[in-house]
Amino acid sequence: MSDKQPAAQQVDPALAADTDAPTPPQDVPSQLVETQKPSLFARIAGGSIGLSIGAALAAFIVGGLLIAVTDPATQAASRYFFARPLDTLAAGWSAAYDSYVALLQGSIFNPNGRNFTQQIRPLTETLTVATPLIFAGLAVALSFRAGLFNIGAQGQIILGAIVSGWVALNAGLPVIVMVPLILLGGIVGGAIWGGIIGVLKARTGAHEVILSIMMNYIAANLLVYLLKTPLLQREGSSNPISEKLGENALFPLLLGPQFRLHAGFLAALLAVAFVWWLLNSSTVGFRLRAVGANPNAARTAGISVASGYIVVMALSGALAGLAGAAQVAGTEKVLSTGIAASLGFDAITVALLGRSKPVGTFFAALLYGAFRAGGVSMQVSTGTDIDIVLVLQALIVLFIAAPPLVRAIFRLPDPTGAPRTKKKKSASKAVEAAA
Amino acid sequence: MKLELRKVTKRFGDFTANDSIDLTVTPGTVHCLLGENGAGKSTLMNVIYGLYRPTEGQMFIDDQPVEFSGPSDAMAAGIGMVHQHFMLVPVFTVAENVALGAESIKGATLDLESTRKKIREISDRYGFQVDPDAVVEDLPVGVQQRVEIIKALVRDAEILILDEPTAVLTPAETDQLLGIMDQLRKDGKSLLFISHKLREVREISDDITVIRRGKVVGHAQPTMSTTELASMMVGKNVQLTVDKDAAQVSDKVFEVKNLTLMADNGVPLLKKVSFEVRGGEILAVAGVQGNGQTELAESIIGLHPKATGSLSLNGTELLGMSTKQVLRSGVGFVPEDRSKDGLIGSFSISENLVLDLFDSPEFSSAGTLNRSKISANADRAGTEFDIRMGSKEHTASTLSGGNQQKIVVARELSRDLQLFVGSQLTRGVDVGSIEFIHKRIVQERDKGVPVLIVSTELDEVYGLADRIAVFLHGELMGIVPPTTPRSVLGQMMAGATYEEALAADTEHSEASSGSAAKTQVTESAPRAEGEENER
Repeated sequence: MSDKQPAAQQVDPALAADTDAPTPPQDVPSQLVETQKPSLFARIAGGSIGLSIGAALAAFIVGGLLIAVTDPATQAASRYFFARPLDTLAAGWSAAYDSYVALLQGSIFNPNGRNFTQQIRPLTETLTVATPLIFAGLAVALSFRAGLFNIGAQGQIILGAIVSGWVALNAGLPVIVMVPLILLGGIVGGAIWGGIIGVLKARTGAHEVILSIMMNYIAANLLVYLLKTPLLQREGSSNPISEKLGENALFPLLLGPQFRLHAGFLAALLAVAFVWWLLNSSTVGFRLRAVGANPNAARTAGISVASGYIVVMALSGALAGLAGAAQVAGTEKVLSTGIAASLGFDAITVALLGRSKPVGTFFAALLYGAFRAGGVSMQVSTGTDIDIVLVLQALIVLFIAAPPLVRAIFRLPDPTGAPRTKKKKSASKAVEAAA
Repeated sequence: MKLELRKVTKRFGDFTANDSIDLTVTPGTVHCLLGENGAGKSTLMNVIYGLYRPTEGQMFIDDQPVEFSGPSDAMAAGIGMVHQHFMLVPVFTVAENVALGAESIKGATLDLESTRKKIREISDRYGFQVDPDAVVEDLPVGVQQRVEIIKALVRDAEILILDEPTAVLTPAETDQLLGIMDQLRKDGKSLLFISHKLREVREISDDITVIRRGKVVGHAQPTMSTTELASMMVGKNVQLTVDKDAAQVSDKVFEVKNLTLMADNGVPLLKKVSFEVRGGEILAVAGVQGNGQTELAESIIGLHPKATGSLSLNGTELLGMSTKQVLRSGVGFVPEDRSKDGLIGSFSISENLVLDLFDSPEFSSAGTLNRSKISANADRAGTEFDIRMGSKEHTASTLSGGNQQKIVVARELSRDLQLFVGSQLTRGVDVGSIEFIHKRIVQERDKGVPVLIVSTELDEVYGLADRIAVFLHGELMGIVPPTTPRSVLGQMMAGATYEEALAADTEHSEASSGSAAKTQVTESAPRAEGEENER
């Protein structure tokens, strides 16, 4: 021991001197070889907040152009564009401006309302519409963080709706017991449906995208089938629809009977907090993030990747199932074939816009809720088609996905790493020889 | 052709990778660029090869200023590059690979005949022994490298850049490469040789330029001692040999019996491997990569559930346990590829330091991580293992290779160990960190822990080992004392038993130096297919 001590001290001063440099100079070159290259998917899902905001803004600009171009008044003015070009521009501007104002008024605050209730109703509508999107968005975001692409939120929502709907229709208990029971039904239904995907992936290595798409079909048809059996079908009806839910099985309204906002929104807030804790502070979340970020290193550190897949898919499914419960007992009050609408797919875009982070997903869901709520009043008051809202949603995702694409085309350096795109250029000529 | 760099500077943002580098490579010489990992060697090569544009400064070829907008310009100007990672298409033949990018066409068909002719010419001239019709993936690594050199020569390269060419070679292959470089030099080519392996540098170089942190810190002569060169490279006195006392054997013991592992395609990766490591000694596994060493290490920590045989640690059977159980029973493991298996690049440094302990009572309670303890652990490990980091909350990918490796080593050595298994502990690690890591391993040994080291670096093997195990094609060729000469070890790695190798070596030293070629021809073609399949 004694002869080693001086040697250690001999090293120390030189090393200590090096720590003065604020950034170790070795970093950039070493990244050229050392850094794990984030996958395209990781870069899309893990973009910065600036990217999300920028994408939304760019979508609004392009959307505004589309509104202007499709506006009848603008089109009329464009016929004499070369005589009076300003007419066309003015018409186009006012069309886009009016539409967006209507969208805003329809989703947040309507100053033309006769009383405060009517003025504030748009905001509560936005929150109501956003509630299932928050649950489903969290579901997809959670799977993203574990490196899985859960396309199956749609099916998990449907299963959540089936189980919670069945509970709501059959358990005649007081509302205080019913609400948690219905939520639990959603959790169980969704978790089973998601868990199946997780088990299949972990045991057989099948890809979760294929599995979850197929599970979506099965869920949709299972719902149609069940709605035609005495188990769920309304007595005396030939349509695939259930009985209306009883008063005891409905989520309590938060702001009284003149608004639709229900207790499901509070549950969604709790879910946001839960997922935040799960991802940032829990051991389970650590394991899931490790599996998602680098399964090889996770395995080497003794983390079971297979059980990670099962756990994350069950958790993701449970969250999606809650969206189904919120639909049944919160807004729809009946189980029908259209109970999940396109929530499961919107959830993917919500999670992308929210950068797979719980709070981000929450705000992204609010934005989508606002689109939905405001779109209706926009169509009524300005005649702009509500489908423009879908175009806006699609554009946002397109712009979020575009930066890597744009960087690839122009060979710009990747802001997350070192300037390695140029190295790839030479490598692309020939595949690396296996050593 | 003479290559000259005058005040070449390359910056990435605020960071200066190369700071006004002056360098001249004269025809008929081998000029070595010596520097640690991260010193800026590769960046400079990429500048010369046209992959990066210099921020400032000018390059001259035969005193004419040149500017490249891409590798094709550099190639046209007579610069050829042999990359560290080969740029070859494995399923193509040698001729197809050489023709790639400069195919000659006869009518609508590819004319490979002219390429074949050129390959044969070059091959005969320099004694490459490369068959133009061999499929590249069937060739040994050393021959694949020659294909890379041929690629450059076919394009009439007069200036050849070799980027750490010996990193992937066996000692015998390395000697052959040095021979080839010597011939090229005699033929009047200008060679720029990048390396941090001092022995080779001293053997082949005419001039040595040492760079550190992007700056030229001096010129050295090949006659200088390795210690002097290393000190120049690192900027401080380094100890190249590992200081250790004789092994004090403890009662701990790790026994491997008949360990066998088959790849999914039935190819054996490990064949009835048996040996034991006693507490307080270091057993170093030597051998060319892809001969089962990786699988051996991974089998020990339970990453290959299909392995059969027995792995007994102080009487406890490890085989059949999950990786977590193995780690928790006191096995420390450093995987050979830290960025792939050892670290999560997007996780913070403190998270990486608890990657295998995050759910232990020490760092969590009731399913919630104890952030303050994890953070305190990072502070402790950072100081103890001298991990140089801006902040412990930065992601691990922002660190240099040496510091990343220190994270892995720190994590594994921070537990109370019954066995330590480490693969390629110092690969891509700077000299200063190598010294430190070696010291820690010896400390662990002196605590009485059995230590198993896998390394392709003979210097490391000799520096650390109390005994050396040699692997070939998944078989244990023998366990030899660390006093065994390098040449004997090299022959064992190519398939000779200890006795054969020893006999051949004695014979060799009696005969003239030329007869060394005899054993060098018995080149093996180690392949890592099984390893890929296994994952």
